Formats: sequence, C-alpha cells, structure tokens
Amino acid sequence: MTPAEYYQRDRRIHPPALTPDYKTSVARSPRFSLISLQGSMSEITGPTFGHGDISPIDNDLIKNYVHGGDPIGERIIVHGRVLDENARPVPNTLVEVWQANAGGRYRHKKDSYLAPIDPNFGGCGRTITDADGYYFFRTIKPGAYPWRNWVNNWRPAHIHVSVFGHAFCQRLITQLYFEGDPLIPLCPIVQTVPDAQAIDRLTAKLDMNAGVPLDSIAYRFDIVLRGRRSTMFENRLEGN
Amino acid sequence: MTPVDARANRPQYLPESASQTAGPYVHIGLAPGAAGFQIFDRELGWDIAGPNAAGERIRVEGLVIDGTGSPVKDVLIEIWQANAAGLYAHPEGGGAVEDGFRGWGRVITDFETGEWGFDTVKPGPVRARGRMASGVAQRVRDSHPDWQGRAAEDNVPMAPHLNLWIVARGINIGLNTRMYFDDEAAANAADPVLNLIEWERRRATLIAKRTVRDGRPVYRFDIRLQGEDETVFFDV
Repeated sequence: MTPAEYYQRDRRIHPPALTPDYKTSVARSPRFSLISLQGSMSEITGPTFGHGDISPIDNDLIKNYVHGGDPIGERIIVHGRVLDENARPVPNTLVEVWQANAGGRYRHKKDSYLAPIDPNFGGCGRTITDADGYYFFRTIKPGAYPWRNWVNNWRPAHIHVSVFGHAFCQRLITQLYFEGDPLIPLCPIVQTVPDAQAIDRLTAKLDMNAGVPLDSIAYRFDIVLRGRRSTMFENRLEGN
Repeated sequence: MTPVDARANRPQYLPESASQTAGPYVHIGLAPGAAGFQIFDRELGWDIAGPNAAGERIRVEGLVIDGTGSPVKDVLIEIWQANAAGLYAHPEGGGAVEDGFRGWGRVITDFETGEWGFDTVKPGPVRARGRMASGVAQRVRDSHPDWQGRAAEDNVPMAPHLNLWIVARGINIGLNTRMYFDDEAAANAADPVLNLIEWERRRATLIAKRTVRDGRPVYRFDIRLQGEDETVFFDV
C-alpha cells in the first residue's frame, strides 16, 4: 500500500513568487517553474511536537516577557481552529506567532524604527492545538509600521503565523490581518495574494462573544491547511 | 439555454489559507535568540539528530544567493530528514527511530555573512513511490544493509536526501527543495525525483559537495534562488 497523498496545492490562491510591487520578491523569486512531485514518504511525514517542547505560558504574550509590568496596548485574544481542506480539525500541531508591539516596533536587532520597544513585550508565542484543532493566544494588538518599499508604504497591523500540520508538505507561514483595517488594500505584501476572498480569509474577524468583559477583546482566525485523501492504494481511492 | 455552472455541483472543500512572506523579522518568532532576546525555555529546531542517532555525523553548510548574486542574510531554512536507516520520526515514517532523533531542524543565516550550517547524521535511502528494477537500484540496496530485509515493495529507494524549506523576506511562499550527496552517485543516478527533472544539468543544483574538515565530513550546499544555476524547487 502506498501512503495517502495530500491534495495538490492550489497555487492560484497563493501569491506567485514574482510580485514586483513587493520589491524584495524581484531578486528572490525563481525564474524556472517548480517541478511537481507526487507526495512520497518525504513529503507526507513531518515533525511532531508535544507539550514537553513548550511552556504553558508560551501562548500568553501579555505575560511571557514581563519585566516588572504589563505591556501597553490593546489587549486582545486571537483564537480559532486549524482545519484541513476536508474541514477536519488538525489536532496536536504547533502554531507559532510573532508580531510588533502596539507602536509597530519589533524586538529585533535589525528593526530601527523610531517607535520605542515595550520593555514588557517580547512579541512571540507558540501553542499546540487541542484535539479539536483549537488554539488561542492572548496578546497586544500590533501597530502598523513603515517599511522601505515605495516611499510611503505601511504594513497593516498583522501577526505572523507559522503552522506545521502533520506533514512537511502542509507547512505554512502566513500573516493575520484585522477586520476593517484600511491599510489592507494598500499593502503590496497583502496584495501579492491574487484572490480577494483568500485575502478576506487572512483577515481575523472581531468576535465579541469570545472577549473577556473589562479585560480583552477577541478576534477569530481559522487556519486551513492542505487536506488529504483517506487511503490510497496503488490505483484505487478508498473512502474520503 | 441556461449555461451550466461547472462549479455548482462540485464537492465543497475549504480552501487552504494563502501563504505570506515570513518577512524580515522571522527570527523573533522562530529563533528569538538570534533576534537578540531570550524568551522561551527552549528554542525549537537546533538539534536535528540527537545524541543517540546511528550513522555518520556530518555538517551541512551553504549560502542562499539571490538573483543579483548576493547572499541572502535573513533567510530561515527548515530541514526534514530520515535517520540513517531511512525512517522518519513520524507515525507513518516507516518504523521506530532512535530516542531523541527528531529529523527536523531550523537554521538561520549569519546576519553579516549569510552563511548557514547545521550538524546532523547522514540519512539513509527512503522508500519511494512505485517500483524500480534497475541494477543501479539493486546496488543501492546492497550498499545499505538496512534495506536488505525489507519487503519487495519497500525496496524502492530514493537516494539519501534532506528536504529543505526556505522562507525569507521577499519569498511569498516557502520554497521546497532537496539536498542530495555527491558521494552517492549511484543512488542519485537511480533516484526517482532527480530523474523527474528533465534537464539533466539542473539536477546538479541539488547535489552537495563533500569535503573533510578537521576529520569531519562537511557538505557544501549553496542555494541559488534565481538566475544562472538556479536551484531546482519543487511543488510538493
């Protein structure tokens, strides 16, 4: 029996490699076509992570870098499910996030933006989805920040999200945007995504029901990874 | 006559979330020590093989080079590999691996030079799709004792390789490639993935060069994102 493969990735909903309005892509995009592979053992397997790999506080960005106080900014909960294309939950998978602080400044030695560092905010977190594929983070809503692309480009508020799934071919890094942000349609990085609905799916929705009164407001962000056939024999599809 | 909407009766699937670049500050999330601060008790991805893994201990080094010939100094690379017996550390990976063998790692480039490198064990050949009856494949099996006892269907090796996934600012969707070993010429010649690449000259872009430094094997693997000798990237 040959192990089941993952569905072919629909590259029309992903950004192409070459997107000249995002200038850095010009010299960092392959000119030749990708060589398409059917999934082998090398692609359908991938790393596994357990709770021994992380600490319980790692998903609380309000508390995981405190140095004598709480970070300044809008306290938010970001939550959702990791699903596959079959709408099945992806349990026990590692989700990692990183972001700027409320002023749009990253705690990174290469970020020289004049907005100050927040002494109580690191800006990264990680968690493992539960049996239903559910995850959540508590954090500060990041600020927009300028970047050198066109003379006056500003990134919308965003959180970078990295997800593993259960196979190396499911590996995905994306960015979470916030509902209603007027910078979204202006951003050359967002607009590398050719499909407007795909951009909408990268936009977390305000979720009042999940907020904590007098504490935090909430945003909902579901992540969809590639789906997989149930079982595949040499020439016969079995179930799905 | 009413036109038929070809999509109307299609089964519904959720569309995959669209990729976005990892951006210039990927280290904050995935390698915060390199970004300049200590936050997690334990960063992930710095020990690929662990202390108990069998096989030859090797180092792999290289540069990622852009279309202008300049090193990319803000790249992050993830590695996924089998152990020396060709087994992946995964429930479907073919069998049990050594305690502590993760088979996965991540490395970043030096911010000044763009050089990256990691220590691991050399993987063994891995089961591939379909059958390959050539004498070359037989020689591969003969030279790797772990494969001799396998069922016939399993005896269809892919040459030893590392799977690499490359993200960085300017890369909109992670680039998948493979690194093969130049001292596995016979296995490489029979490898079903290398043989998918129609342009034989391009296959060489996936083959790392072995040298020995201080008595230890080092494989050099430069990745060219664009232009002359552009590395082969895969849609996996």
